[in-house]
Amino acid sequence: MSAPVTALFRPRTLNDALKMRAEQPGATVMAGGTDVMVYIESGTLKPTAILDLWGCSGLRWQQSITGGQFHGAGLTCTDVLRSGQSHPLLEAAAATVGAVQIQNRATLGGNICNASPAGDTLPVWLALKAEFEVASVRGRRRIPAASFWQGYKKIDLRPDELFLGILIPPLFGHTHFRKVGTRLAQSISKVVFAGRYNPGVDACLAFGAVGPTPMRCLKAETALVAGAAVDDVVQLVREEIAPIDDIRSTAVYRRQVAGNIVRRWLTSL
Amino acid sequence: MNVRFRCNGRAVEVDVPPMSRLLDVLREELRLTGSKEGCGEGECGACTVRIDGEAVMSCLVPVCQVDGASIVTIEGLGASVVHPVQTAMLQHGGAQCGICTPGLCMSAAALLERNPHPSREEARVALAGNLCRCTGYQKVVDAVCASLAPEGS
Ligand SMILES: Cc1cc2nc3c(=O)[nH]c(=O)nc-3n(C[C@H](O)[C@H](O)[C@H](O)COP(=O)(O)OP(=O)(O)OC[C@H]3O[C@@H](n4cnc5c(N)ncnc54)[C@H](O)[C@@H]3O)c2cc1C
Repeated sequence: MSAPVTALFRPRTLNDALKMRAEQPGATVMAGGTDVMVYIESGTLKPTAILDLWGCSGLRWQQSITGGQFHGAGLTCTDVLRSGQSHPLLEAAAATVGAVQIQNRATLGGNICNASPAGDTLPVWLALKAEFEVASVRGRRRIPAASFWQGYKKIDLRPDELFLGILIPPLFGHTHFRKVGTRLAQSISKVVFAGRYNPGVDACLAFGAVGPTPMRCLKAETALVAGAAVDDVVQLVREEIAPIDDIRSTAVYRRQVAGNIVRRWLTSL
Repeated sequence: MNVRFRCNGRAVEVDVPPMSRLLDVLREELRLTGSKEGCGEGECGACTVRIDGEAVMSCLVPVCQVDGASIVTIEGLGASVVHPVQTAMLQHGGAQCGICTPGLCMSAAALLERNPHPSREEARVALAGNLCRCTGYQKVVDAVCASLAPEGS
């Protein structure tokens, strides 16, 4: 069953991609297609025009630049795992996305722009204080990851813009990634966590699947840096997150597990 | 849309809607029915094929994205010489009802090419996207770990 798509655009360069985006703001953007194809198959998305970024080489690169590491939107999870140049938190997240066949197509930009609250890379960007670069023919913008997801599946991306990539600044401290799902592979997170803790300096405790957007536990972070007891940090985490009951888990389970993850990590340091 | 690609070493050209699933094009247009449809949503791996060497779910790949690519399906895996993983699957009883077997072989072949001597754990990770409801996986892992990748496969 294929959708009646009447227009297909396959830019090779970033400039062409931005031009096509400006001319076709209604076209569905597709990268690896691992979310888009599922939406089309289930009938929740019925695109008439497609802007296919899979072959756009200008989005698939990674480099150290002034101010940190740049990851292009078109890098797949497999690219991240093979490069050996990515932050361990990002590698850990990429390794848990689906299974090998999914990782071979799933792009970072797709994970970020799909904006599922359970997207496994999303808390990583928060923990690493990443900045997102988006662009249109009008110019480029940088957006802190913390303000990109504005609500359930709502992102700060205008109709003529494309997501270009991610800038990770140099940061220090302990880091930890943990995903809890029904099994190791091919499961959507019930709770996903990315943390960074630089004692006496700063901390970031970021979760996915415990609210409409990925989120940080700001009060718990402040307490942690101020030297609060682990029990108190865990308590604040459980108060700050906003989980719901859904097909994958319950709010009670998610609160319990979120606290456990933080407790286990902090007591292991 | 006219899409040209290589399939099992042969140049092919199909005229299909651009968002057709690669799986459907392989099965319906090219009559290569070895790749199976299990779930149709990327979960089960029965439709696994290799695109430019990488194992992918062909139910999630729109055909427009394979224009110019090189595809190998289960029909191409053992075309000239039976692939060692196929031999090992036979020897170790790694196949029962057979629906998942083509996909398992494709994932295993992709693994063996990068890592000719995988540990059991590495084999399990590489095959985690291929569901099998018969074997309990033990014999499949036995088979994959016992196969030696052919040179230049
Ligand atoms: C079987 C299966 C298992 C999965 N398991 C996981 C999992 O464990 N964890 C997880 O987090 N996800 C999982 N996913 C979801 C999916 O694989 C990821 O979200 C993936 O990263 C999406 O990337 P993509 O390139 O395939 O996105 P696409 O499907 O191509 O696009 C996704 C969205 O992002 C938009 N988009 C993509 N690129 C850009 C860009 N450059 N600019 C603007 N918009 C853009 C698209 O318009 C679309 O809205 C799974 C999916 C499947 C089918």
